[in-house]
Amino acid sequence: MATTIGLSNAEKSEASAFGLSKITLYQLLSILGLFALWEIGGLVPISVAFPTFSETTVALFEMIADGRMIAAYADTLKPLLIGIGISAGFGVTLGVAMGLNRRFQWFWEPIFIVLQAAPVAALIPLITFIYGIGLAAKVVAVIILALPIIVLNSYKAVRNASASLIQMCQSFQGTRLQQIWKVIIPNASPVIFAGLRLGVAAGFIGVILAELLITPTGIGDLITYHRSVAEYAEMYAAVFSVIVFSAITVGSLERAETRFFRPDKKVGR
Amino acid sequence: MPTSLQSMPRADDGAPVSKTENIVEVRDITKFYGTDVHALEKINLGIPVGQMTTFLGPSGCGKTTLLKIIAGLLEPTSGEILIKGAPVSGPGPERAFVFQDFALLPWATVLRNVAFGLELRHEAKNEREKVARHYIAEVGISGFEQKYPHELSGGMRQRVGLARALAVNAEVLLMDEPFSAVDEQTRRKFQEDLLHLLAVEKKTVIFVTHSIEEAVYLSDQIVLLSPRPGRIHSIIRPEISRDAGPDEIRRDKNYLDHVEEIWQDLRKYLE
Repeated sequence: MATTIGLSNAEKSEASAFGLSKITLYQLLSILGLFALWEIGGLVPISVAFPTFSETTVALFEMIADGRMIAAYADTLKPLLIGIGISAGFGVTLGVAMGLNRRFQWFWEPIFIVLQAAPVAALIPLITFIYGIGLAAKVVAVIILALPIIVLNSYKAVRNASASLIQMCQSFQGTRLQQIWKVIIPNASPVIFAGLRLGVAAGFIGVILAELLITPTGIGDLITYHRSVAEYAEMYAAVFSVIVFSAITVGSLERAETRFFRPDKKVGR
Repeated sequence: MPTSLQSMPRADDGAPVSKTENIVEVRDITKFYGTDVHALEKINLGIPVGQMTTFLGPSGCGKTTLLKIIAGLLEPTSGEILIKGAPVSGPGPERAFVFQDFALLPWATVLRNVAFGLELRHEAKNEREKVARHYIAEVGISGFEQKYPHELSGGMRQRVGLARALAVNAEVLLMDEPFSAVDEQTRRKFQEDLLHLLAVEKKTVIFVTHSIEEAVYLSDQIVLLSPRPGRIHSIIRPEISRDAGPDEIRRDKNYLDHVEEIWQDLRKYLE
């Protein structure tokens, strides 16, 4: 997992102990340190409601083995994937359009700034009034959290595209479309992808919030149920699994970006 | 030398090279930025084909503005640019630009950067890469085709910029202070290489610089600009023989006299 999250691409060749690169080693140490603190915190104990890391891990594997966790993810992933898909597709397109066109920017920018600033948990009851308690409400919760971040990042990325590269493209008689596809978007891609990563992480928050506040399904249900019956190891196993899942997804996005848009980042800077 | 030559004398200034025609004509170019910044005032100028013309002047004299207007990257407030007798607006295939800050795509290899002008013209991939490899060799950076710009030194990056401009086979090369971001040793080597290259490639070059030595060393024609608003102060033809080696040229009396003369002209703008 450590390699998935961090700056895994830089200086891979730098060998260190156990055949791992220095970066991987430090990332592993960071995570192991965190788990150790968790274990100690659980042993003290900080609270009866705070299980140790090992208890949580055992519970996690039990829940995976008996299928509860998998069934829960099947429920949770549906609104999450739909919501993230819509937010990413629509968000990047709209953000890029706002970066390229002032009128778009003037019209859409205030809406998304307000949305980004809004306390979404407080809006969720409103969502249930409009969209009920089904799938649609959860998708909307994901979108409300993920979309503004993705739109605003994409817009700022495009607006700040290098003027010198754009002029270079013009001087070689590139068309406006070539300018957008071959210069502006690759130039903006690091910030667009940073927005996507933040948006995906926000989408996870959105779907869990919706499952906790609207109707308990999927992971939200696991968390709510195990809390109510005081099975804290299982409850934390559910929370922990969300964190790991979210981190892996965000890390894979970074890899996808490096692979498809910025191969230069593979070569150490 | 207060004689403000408003246009290049053409066939009658006695020099044998002046019989050649002007590939670029600058006519009455005036440029304002906004309403109050007066960058250029009625510039008239001819750029002879196959020669190296340098725009030289203190900062604020509008030399880069004039170059970008010729390139079609900036709109003049009034006046027109003629290429081979025909007025142009905007960039065109007969001109290629070399940027001060190199303007290389950081996500593209040297090979793709050099081929980028051809990529924009939808040339087939192996065709344009063949051309790109030729010019990569010609500017002396063979072996770096698969490197990314951030892996290269400043001097090498500018060689990539030059190769990209050569690859589109434009007749006129426009170079905006190409060596200003490069250290002095690299700069001298680059100047010598550029002269060699241009002898082979037979391009017309318009070159912006603030270095008097660079201008005298490289140019057939030096256009001295005076600042605020930019006007042509004078046009100088150093007439330095290129047969001598670079070190001999730098010790040549003619060369040193020109450097001194231009310095005396320019220093009054520095107060």
